[in-house]
Amino acid sequence: MTAPLANALIIASLVGALWSVVLMMLSRPIGKIYLLGYLALIEIGLLVLAVLAVVALFLPHGPVRVAVFVGYLIGSLVILPLAGWWSVAERSRWGMGVLLIGCLAIPVMIVRMYQLWSGGA
Amino acid sequence: MPEQRTESATDLREATRSGPGRILIAVYALFAVAATARSAYQLAVQFDRAPLAYLLSALSGVIYIVATVCFVRGSRTSRLVATVSCTVELIGVIAVGTASVLVPSAFPDATVWSLYGDGYGYVPLVLPILGLLWIRHTRPR
Repeated sequence: MTAPLANALIIASLVGALWSVVLMMLSRPIGKIYLLGYLALIEIGLLVLAVLAVVALFLPHGPVRVAVFVGYLIGSLVILPLAGWWSVAERSRWGMGVLLIGCLAIPVMIVRMYQLWSGGA
Repeated sequence: MPEQRTESATDLREATRSGPGRILIAVYALFAVAATARSAYQLAVQFDRAPLAYLLSALSGVIYIVATVCFVRGSRTSRLVATVSCTVELIGVIAVGTASVLVPSAFPDATVWSLYGDGYGYVPLVLPILGLLWIRHTRPR
Protein backbone atom coordinates (compact mmCIF):
# COMPACT_ATOMS: atom_id res chain seq x y z
CA MET A 1 0.00 0.00 0.00
CA THR A 2 1.16 3.51 -0.70
CA ALA A 3 1.28 5.13 2.71
CA PRO A 4 1.39 8.81 1.65
CA LEU A 5 -1.73 8.58 -0.51
CA ALA A 6 -3.60 6.48 2.08
CA ASN A 7 -2.70 8.93 4.85
CA ALA A 8 -3.70 11.89 2.70
CA LEU A 9 -7.07 10.24 2.01
CA ILE A 10 -7.64 9.62 5.72
CA ILE A 11 -6.97 13.28 6.49
CA ALA A 12 -9.05 14.45 3.52
CA SER A 13 -11.99 12.30 4.69
CA LEU A 14 -11.76 13.67 8.21
CA VAL A 15 -11.73 17.21 6.79
CA GLY A 16 -14.83 16.23 4.79
CA ALA A 17 -16.43 14.97 8.01
CA LEU A 18 -15.66 18.27 9.73
CA TRP A 19 -17.06 20.18 6.75
CA SER A 20 -20.26 18.09 6.92
CA VAL A 21 -20.63 18.84 10.62
CA VAL A 22 -20.21 22.59 10.03
CA LEU A 23 -22.81 22.62 7.23
CA MET A 24 -25.08 20.48 9.39
CA MET A 25 -24.87 22.95 12.27
CA LEU A 26 -25.33 25.96 10.00
CA SER A 27 -28.22 24.07 8.38
CA ARG A 28 -27.25 25.44 5.00
CA PRO A 29 -27.71 22.95 2.18
CA ILE A 30 -26.67 25.71 -0.24
CA GLY A 31 -22.98 24.86 0.22
CA LYS A 32 -23.56 21.16 -0.23
CA ILE A 33 -22.63 21.18 -3.90
CA TYR A 34 -19.03 22.17 -3.03
CA LEU A 35 -18.84 19.48 -0.39
CA LEU A 36 -20.10 16.92 -2.92
CA GLY A 37 -17.41 18.11 -5.34
CA TYR A 38 -14.79 17.73 -2.64
CA LEU A 39 -16.01 14.21 -1.90
CA ALA A 40 -15.79 13.42 -5.62
CA LEU A 41 -12.09 14.36 -5.46
CA ILE A 42 -11.62 12.00 -2.51
CA GLU A 43 -13.37 9.30 -4.53
CA ILE A 44 -10.85 9.80 -7.36
CA GLY A 45 -8.06 9.45 -4.80
CA LEU A 46 -9.66 6.24 -3.51
CA LEU A 47 -9.84 4.90 -7.08
CA VAL A 48 -6.12 5.60 -7.55
CA LEU A 49 -5.39 3.88 -4.22
CA ALA A 50 -7.49 0.88 -5.29
CA VAL A 51 -5.62 0.56 -8.60
CA LEU A 52 -2.26 0.76 -6.82
CA ALA A 53 -3.41 -1.79 -4.24
CA VAL A 54 -4.63 -4.24 -6.89
CA VAL A 55 -1.31 -3.94 -8.73
CA ALA A 56 0.54 -4.49 -5.43
CA LEU A 57 -1.52 -7.64 -4.80
CA PHE A 58 0.47 -9.33 -7.58
CA LEU A 59 3.79 -8.44 -5.95
CA PRO A 60 5.30 -10.34 -2.99
CA HIS A 61 4.58 -9.28 0.62
CA GLY A 62 0.87 -8.73 0.06
CA PRO A 63 -1.89 -9.32 2.61
CA VAL A 64 -2.52 -12.86 3.81
CA ARG A 65 -6.30 -12.62 3.53
CA VAL A 66 -6.67 -11.29 -0.01
CA ALA A 67 -10.46 -11.81 -0.18
CA VAL A 68 -11.06 -9.69 2.93
CA PHE A 69 -8.69 -7.03 1.66
CA VAL A 70 -10.47 -6.82 -1.69
CA GLY A 71 -13.78 -6.65 0.19
CA TYR A 72 -12.64 -3.57 2.06
CA LEU A 73 -11.25 -2.13 -1.17
CA ILE A 74 -14.65 -2.44 -2.88
CA GLY A 75 -16.37 -1.09 0.22
CA SER A 76 -14.12 1.99 0.27
CA LEU A 77 -15.10 2.74 -3.34
CA VAL A 78 -18.90 2.42 -3.01
CA ILE A 79 -19.42 4.29 0.27
CA LEU A 80 -19.05 7.89 -0.91
CA PRO A 81 -21.14 7.55 -4.11
CA LEU A 82 -23.93 5.86 -2.13
CA ALA A 83 -23.77 8.44 0.66
CA GLY A 84 -23.85 11.25 -1.94
CA TRP A 85 -26.83 9.72 -3.71
CA TRP A 86 -28.72 9.12 -0.46
CA SER A 87 -28.04 12.66 0.78
CA VAL A 88 -29.11 14.49 -2.38
CA ALA A 89 -32.83 13.78 -1.92
CA GLU A 90 -32.68 15.27 1.58
CA ARG A 91 -32.86 19.06 1.52
CA SER A 92 -32.62 19.56 5.28
CA ARG A 93 -29.49 19.52 7.42
CA TRP A 94 -29.80 15.77 7.85
CA GLY A 95 -28.57 15.23 4.30
CA MET A 96 -25.19 16.46 5.53
CA GLY A 97 -25.39 13.91 8.34
CA VAL A 98 -25.44 11.16 5.73
CA LEU A 99 -22.26 12.60 4.18
CA LEU A 100 -20.74 12.74 7.68
CA ILE A 101 -21.37 9.01 8.13
CA GLY A 102 -19.78 8.31 4.75
CA CYS A 103 -16.74 10.49 5.53
CA LEU A 104 -16.19 8.74 8.86
CA ALA A 105 -16.46 5.29 7.29
CA ILE A 106 -13.62 5.92 4.81
CA PRO A 107 -10.77 6.24 7.39
CA VAL A 108 -12.03 3.08 9.12
CA MET A 109 -11.86 1.17 5.83
CA ILE A 110 -8.36 2.47 5.04
CA VAL A 111 -7.05 1.64 8.53
CA ARG A 112 -8.49 -1.88 8.25
CA MET A 113 -6.78 -2.30 4.85
CA TYR A 114 -3.51 -1.20 6.45
CA GLN A 115 -3.92 -3.79 9.21
CA LEU A 116 -4.70 -6.54 6.71
CA TRP A 117 -1.71 -5.57 4.58
CA SER A 118 0.68 -5.75 7.51
CA GLY A 119 -0.69 -9.18 8.44
CA GLY A 120 -2.70 -8.09 11.46
CA ALA A 121 -6.19 -9.19 12.42
CA MET B 1 -61.28 6.89 -0.05
CA PRO B 2 -58.40 5.12 -1.74
CA GLU B 3 -56.78 8.40 -2.81
CA GLN B 4 -56.55 9.67 0.73
CA ARG B 5 -55.08 6.43 1.91
CA THR B 6 -52.36 6.58 -0.74
CA GLU B 7 -51.53 10.11 0.32
CA SER B 8 -51.16 9.25 3.98
CA ALA B 9 -49.09 6.20 3.06
CA THR B 10 -46.73 8.48 1.14
CA ASP B 11 -46.62 10.85 4.09
CA LEU B 12 -45.76 8.01 6.44
CA ARG B 13 -43.07 6.79 4.07
CA GLU B 14 -41.55 10.26 3.80
CA ALA B 15 -41.74 10.79 7.56
CA THR B 16 -39.95 7.49 8.18
CA ARG B 17 -37.11 7.96 5.73
CA SER B 18 -36.41 11.69 5.76
CA GLY B 19 -34.81 13.99 8.29
CA PRO B 20 -32.90 12.11 11.01
CA GLY B 21 -34.39 8.93 9.53
CA ARG B 22 -32.10 9.37 6.55
CA ILE B 23 -29.01 9.22 8.78
CA LEU B 24 -30.46 6.26 10.67
CA ILE B 25 -30.91 4.40 7.38
CA ALA B 26 -27.37 5.31 6.29
CA VAL B 27 -25.88 3.87 9.50
CA TYR B 28 -28.10 0.80 9.31
CA ALA B 29 -27.05 0.20 5.69
CA LEU B 30 -23.39 0.50 6.67
CA PHE B 31 -23.82 -2.05 9.45
CA ALA B 32 -25.89 -4.34 7.24
CA VAL B 33 -23.07 -4.52 4.71
CA ALA B 34 -20.29 -4.72 7.33
CA ALA B 35 -21.91 -7.47 9.41
CA THR B 36 -23.09 -9.50 6.43
CA ALA B 37 -19.81 -9.33 4.54
CA ARG B 38 -17.84 -10.21 7.65
CA SER B 39 -19.97 -13.20 8.57
CA ALA B 40 -20.18 -14.45 4.98
CA TYR B 41 -16.39 -14.58 4.88
CA GLN B 42 -16.12 -16.18 8.32
CA LEU B 43 -18.76 -18.81 7.57
CA ALA B 44 -17.18 -19.65 4.23
CA VAL B 45 -13.52 -19.78 5.28
CA GLN B 46 -13.24 -20.61 8.98
CA PHE B 47 -16.61 -21.89 10.20
CA ASP B 48 -15.03 -24.49 12.52
CA ARG B 49 -13.09 -21.95 14.52
CA ALA B 50 -16.05 -20.30 16.25
CA PRO B 51 -19.37 -21.57 14.82
CA LEU B 52 -21.55 -19.89 17.46
CA ALA B 53 -19.93 -16.47 17.02
CA TYR B 54 -20.09 -16.66 13.23
CA LEU B 55 -23.73 -17.76 13.17
CA LEU B 56 -24.60 -14.90 15.52
CA SER B 57 -22.72 -12.50 13.22
CA ALA B 58 -24.73 -13.82 10.27
CA LEU B 59 -27.97 -13.40 12.23
CA SER B 60 -27.09 -9.82 13.13
CA GLY B 61 -26.25 -9.11 9.50
CA VAL B 62 -29.65 -10.40 8.36
CA ILE B 63 -31.42 -8.34 11.04
CA TYR B 64 -29.57 -5.18 9.96
CA ILE B 65 -30.57 -5.81 6.34
CA VAL B 66 -34.23 -6.35 7.30
CA ALA B 67 -34.26 -3.18 9.41
CA THR B 68 -32.61 -1.11 6.65
CA VAL B 69 -35.08 -2.26 4.01
CA CYS B 70 -38.04 -1.70 6.34
CA PHE B 71 -36.97 1.84 7.24
CA VAL B 72 -36.54 2.66 3.54
CA ARG B 73 -39.97 1.24 2.64
CA GLY B 74 -41.67 2.96 5.56
CA SER B 75 -45.10 1.36 5.14
CA ARG B 76 -47.22 0.36 8.13
CA THR B 77 -46.22 -3.29 7.80
CA SER B 78 -42.54 -2.59 7.30
CA ARG B 79 -42.51 -0.25 10.29
CA LEU B 80 -43.91 -3.11 12.36
CA VAL B 81 -41.22 -5.46 11.02
CA ALA B 82 -38.60 -2.79 11.77
CA THR B 83 -39.87 -2.54 15.34
CA VAL B 84 -39.57 -6.29 15.77
CA SER B 85 -36.09 -6.44 14.24
CA CYS B 86 -34.86 -3.49 16.35
CA THR B 87 -36.20 -5.25 19.46
CA VAL B 88 -34.51 -8.53 18.53
CA GLU B 89 -31.35 -6.56 17.83
CA LEU B 90 -31.45 -4.89 21.23
CA ILE B 91 -32.08 -8.19 23.02
CA GLY B 92 -29.33 -9.77 20.91
CA VAL B 93 -26.68 -7.17 21.69
CA ILE B 94 -27.48 -7.26 25.41
CA ALA B 95 -27.63 -11.09 25.55
CA VAL B 96 -24.50 -11.67 23.46
CA GLY B 97 -22.70 -8.79 25.18
CA THR B 98 -23.43 -10.24 28.62
CA ALA B 99 -22.59 -13.78 27.51
CA SER B 100 -19.27 -12.65 26.03
CA VAL B 101 -18.37 -11.04 29.36
CA LEU B 102 -19.46 -14.04 31.50
CA VAL B 103 -18.31 -16.90 29.23
CA PRO B 104 -15.51 -15.52 27.04
CA SER B 105 -14.44 -19.06 26.09
CA ALA B 106 -17.69 -19.50 24.11
CA PHE B 107 -16.61 -16.66 21.83
CA PRO B 108 -13.09 -17.41 20.56
CA ASP B 109 -13.66 -14.86 17.80
CA ALA B 110 -15.58 -11.61 18.07
CA THR B 111 -19.07 -10.94 16.73
CA VAL B 112 -20.63 -7.57 16.00
CA TRP B 113 -22.44 -7.87 19.33
CA SER B 114 -19.52 -9.05 21.51
CA LEU B 115 -18.86 -6.87 24.58
CA TYR B 116 -21.95 -4.84 23.70
CA GLY B 117 -20.50 -3.83 20.33
CA ASP B 118 -17.19 -2.67 21.78
CA GLY B 119 -15.35 -3.34 18.49
CA TYR B 120 -17.76 -1.03 16.65
CA GLY B 121 -17.77 1.92 19.03
CA TYR B 122 -20.89 0.64 20.84
CA VAL B 123 -22.94 1.68 17.82
CA PRO B 124 -24.65 -1.77 17.76
CA LEU B 125 -25.97 -1.07 21.26
CA VAL B 126 -27.21 2.45 20.51
CA LEU B 127 -28.59 1.82 17.02
CA PRO B 128 -31.64 -0.34 17.94
CA ILE B 129 -32.60 2.14 20.67
CA LEU B 130 -32.45 5.03 18.19
CA GLY B 131 -34.39 2.92 15.67
CA LEU B 132 -37.19 2.23 18.15
CA LEU B 133 -37.31 5.89 19.24
CA TRP B 134 -37.50 6.97 15.60
CA ILE B 135 -40.38 4.58 14.84
CA ARG B 136 -42.18 5.93 17.89
CA HIS B 137 -41.45 9.55 16.98
CA THR B 138 -42.82 9.20 13.43
CA ARG B 139 -45.88 7.09 14.26
CA PRO B 140 -49.11 8.29 12.68
CA ARG B 141 -51.40 10.08 15.10
